Amino acid sequence: MQNFNWVTAYPEIVLLIMTCVITLVDLWVKSPMRTVTYVLTMLTLAVVAALEAYQATANGTVYGFGHMVVSDAMGNWLKCFASLAVMASLVYGRPYAADRYMLTGGEFFSLSMLSLLGMFIMISGNNFLVMYLGLELLTLSNYALVALRRDHGDATEAAMKYFVLGALASGLLLYGLSMMYGATGTLDLTAVFSAVASGHIKHQVLVLGLVFIVCGIAFKLGVAPFHMWVPDVYQGAPTAVTLLIAGAPKLAAFAMMMRLLVDGLLPLAIDWQQMMMVLAVVTLAVGNLSAIAQTNLKRMLAFSTIAQMGFVLIGMLSGVTNGNTLFGANAYSSAMFYMVSYVLTTLGIFGVILLLAREGFESEEITDFAGLNQRSPLYAGVMAICLFSLAGVPPMVGFFAKLSVLQALVASGQTSSLVLAVFAVLMSLVGAFYYLRVVKVMYFDAPLTAATVAAHTQVRVVLSLNGALVLLLGLMPGGLMTLCAQAVVQALGT
Amino acid sequence: MGILSLAIWTPIFFGVSLLAFGRDEHAKVVRWIALLGACISFLVTWPLYAEFDTTSAAMQFVESLPWVERFNMHYHLGLDGISLWFVLLTSFITVVVIIAGWEAIGERVNQYMGAFLILSGVMIGVFCALDGMLFYVFFEATLIPMYLIIGVWGGPDRIYAAFKFFLYTLLGSLLMLVALVYLYVASNGSFDLHEWQHLPLTAQKQSLLFFAFFAAFAVKVPMWPVHTWLPDVHVQAPTGGSAVLAAIMLKLGAYGFLRFSLPIAPDAALEWSWLMLALSLIAVVYVGLVAVVQQDMKKLVAYSSVAHMGFVTLGFFMFTPLGMSGGIVQMITHGFVSAAMFLCIGVLYDRMHSREIASYGGVVNTMPKFAAFAVLFAMANCGLPGTAGFVGEWMVILAAVKFNFWLGTLAASAMVFGAAYTLWMVKRVYFGPVTHDKVSQLVDINAREFFMLALLAVAVLWTGIYPKPFTDVMNVSVNHLLTHVFVSKIPQ
Repeated sequence: MQNFNWVTAYPEIVLLIMTCVITLVDLWVKSPMRTVTYVLTMLTLAVVAALEAYQATANGTVYGFGHMVVSDAMGNWLKCFASLAVMASLVYGRPYAADRYMLTGGEFFSLSMLSLLGMFIMISGNNFLVMYLGLELLTLSNYALVALRRDHGDATEAAMKYFVLGALASGLLLYGLSMMYGATGTLDLTAVFSAVASGHIKHQVLVLGLVFIVCGIAFKLGVAPFHMWVPDVYQGAPTAVTLLIAGAPKLAAFAMMMRLLVDGLLPLAIDWQQMMMVLAVVTLAVGNLSAIAQTNLKRMLAFSTIAQMGFVLIGMLSGVTNGNTLFGANAYSSAMFYMVSYVLTTLGIFGVILLLAREGFESEEITDFAGLNQRSPLYAGVMAICLFSLAGVPPMVGFFAKLSVLQALVASGQTSSLVLAVFAVLMSLVGAFYYLRVVKVMYFDAPLTAATVAAHTQVRVVLSLNGALVLLLGLMPGGLMTLCAQAVVQALGT
Repeated sequence: MGILSLAIWTPIFFGVSLLAFGRDEHAKVVRWIALLGACISFLVTWPLYAEFDTTSAAMQFVESLPWVERFNMHYHLGLDGISLWFVLLTSFITVVVIIAGWEAIGERVNQYMGAFLILSGVMIGVFCALDGMLFYVFFEATLIPMYLIIGVWGGPDRIYAAFKFFLYTLLGSLLMLVALVYLYVASNGSFDLHEWQHLPLTAQKQSLLFFAFFAAFAVKVPMWPVHTWLPDVHVQAPTGGSAVLAAIMLKLGAYGFLRFSLPIAPDAALEWSWLMLALSLIAVVYVGLVAVVQQDMKKLVAYSSVAHMGFVTLGFFMFTPLGMSGGIVQMITHGFVSAAMFLCIGVLYDRMHSREIASYGGVVNTMPKFAAFAVLFAMANCGLPGTAGFVGEWMVILAAVKFNFWLGTLAASAMVFGAAYTLWMVKRVYFGPVTHDKVSQLVDINAREFFMLALLAVAVLWTGIYPKPFTDVMNVSVNHLLTHVFVSKIPQ
């Protein structure tokens, strides 16, 4: 095939080879904490992250494998962040997994790496089938990860729900993609863009395919009304796995949304933006209002995730106004910044939950966090910083994420945007309540046990760094914002 | 590093250090370091007054650094005659409040002191910020330490109060956020306050912006009818928290009116001034009457705060130099007086663990030195000439009478209510025979409490007898603001 250009997939190749090597090496590993496997995995992920960062800063947009794979700044940065997120998830999750007999084999690490590989393929796919391949690799690995704790009823139930609903959603997405293929005659995203932009294709057919694609994407993001799997799966899965499916895959879902809707179907923007507006309103309302009633922290965070995705959608729907794409870069980069800061904050919160869960009980209920400030001010502080960030209170990074998205929305200049902006801030006020409730439990309630929180040094260092980063990026968000802006501009420019 | 940055970050640095390294086993060291930090932060702010040029209306001590290039946000600080005294007030009150919490706070002392120091730095940031988003970040950042202070060290119903405080003020602020983002877009990508002040806007847009800002600032001031959070929060907060809340945090809202609503939407401000005057009068008269029937001392002083802040907004929206200067002076003096009142109640609460007026009677018999201070501050609260409370109220009432005779009469009548509720409380608590056994066993104030009350007494008397330093500083800036307000911004 022409333009083989395998360098574009170099990190994926490294990742795949090392996954196979680690799976084999793991057969001889005997330690209950799987130290050798763990160290090898972390090294691999670090090398892959470094490779992605290098590629992001070095080359421009490069196509490979016969135009089926694209390597551009946005994709490479998202892949780098996804790699770092999986690294952090493994650091936080390993002690938890060891306590619950999930490390009897090395599958925890191999499956995480395979799901990361799936994310990579999704993020850099420039072809419907390649993206779908990546998506399936990601989700199948995730189904297996959720079911890893096989003697636990909740986990198995969550895995079944995830699998059935996920398969249905993938089917919807595939149906939409096949309609698009039928209409445009090509699987290549750039060619699809040209075909749709040419105006020769019947609009109704395109919109039919588009609806199914948007539904599939909405499911993967966890957007209402396709959100029903999120609370059950987040709550039922072992917490270490909840982090693995709540953190990094969101970056991949965002990338898939960007590739399909912006790189491929931007001429249909008016249509999918309208769909997103409805989805955003519903998801903000459903997510925030349902979270109030929750007493289980993981379930509350699931609903909070659903609501946060509403803001990402608001960023996405502000791109095209009055037929021109002037605000596109602004809007999509704010959505990207929001997603990245959301993943960072999620890592911090679940890190603290995993830390508390080590003491032989599941720290899933909100009341389990009572008096954490008296037991350990450091971890209560990290948790509080992350919660305030999700609520959008300055000076954490979450505030600037919300600001970017609101600014993109208001910049479009229409009255409906202003109304949506007011609605969004009112919903985030509702959201502030349940985040504050957890802070209240940590700081104002008396502790149920006086035990201090013991932690591995690695976890302590990474978790403190995580919390510090949420605060520091809130004080100096410029660097990450510019990175996202430049990445999106480059992605749109081609 | 510029002096304003120093003023902001010194207390924050001390606060963060205490949070990171302070331990309850070394509570004594923590307290002394906190006091040292507060004193250093106060000393750092003195050159602001010493080197201030009272003849210029321009911003002084200006610092400007790019902050977030993506949104053209700048770390832009500056002071003018309007904001100067608030910075000094903040750093002074922080010292007093640290001394006040010396013995009462025994648990997690480092977090208590750290929260107050960080809060102090952030509040100074609000008063110095000349970039819209920098102002908002500092404005909102005050919520977190205050929420924790109320919730951890507060009274029995503190959780309700903490949530009410946070969510109520957040609601208003979020609406202001939308307004700020709108201004950013309308001014083609700038958060600079100076640019916004000269941005032409249609009457309708100005009204919308005015009400968005009103939502945030009216809740903060607090104006009637969005004042209901204040009594609950003041009652439940610890003494130091109530003092800081009354003395400084309420002023953030009124300052916001001067920095944002008036310069950016002057036509709307003029158009809706009748509404603001009406709400201010209701606060002054109605809330004053509400204060008379209170049984809880802290709640009484809380309602009295709402009434005093009513004078402030009354002064602002008459748009005369005397009225506006009077409002600003009232803000400063109310800072001293209300802090002093809350600290006195705190002294009593530390001993008797009751805020009910009915629990007391004849305190002067067992605590004469303390009663002397308490009566002085009560007189200042009434507005006795020679004390701080008189200057601001007199200026505002004089301006009100000049503006509209009936307005002035109503405002002046409120001074009677002020005397009524304060003096009646003083009579029932301090004077008369000793009614309860516990009162007869009260011990008079120790050296620390004496020192803290003396500091405030000096401030109250000095402001009352010689208010010239205050008014001199703000004259030029106030006149400059008023000339700007009367120039219409509606594009022709």
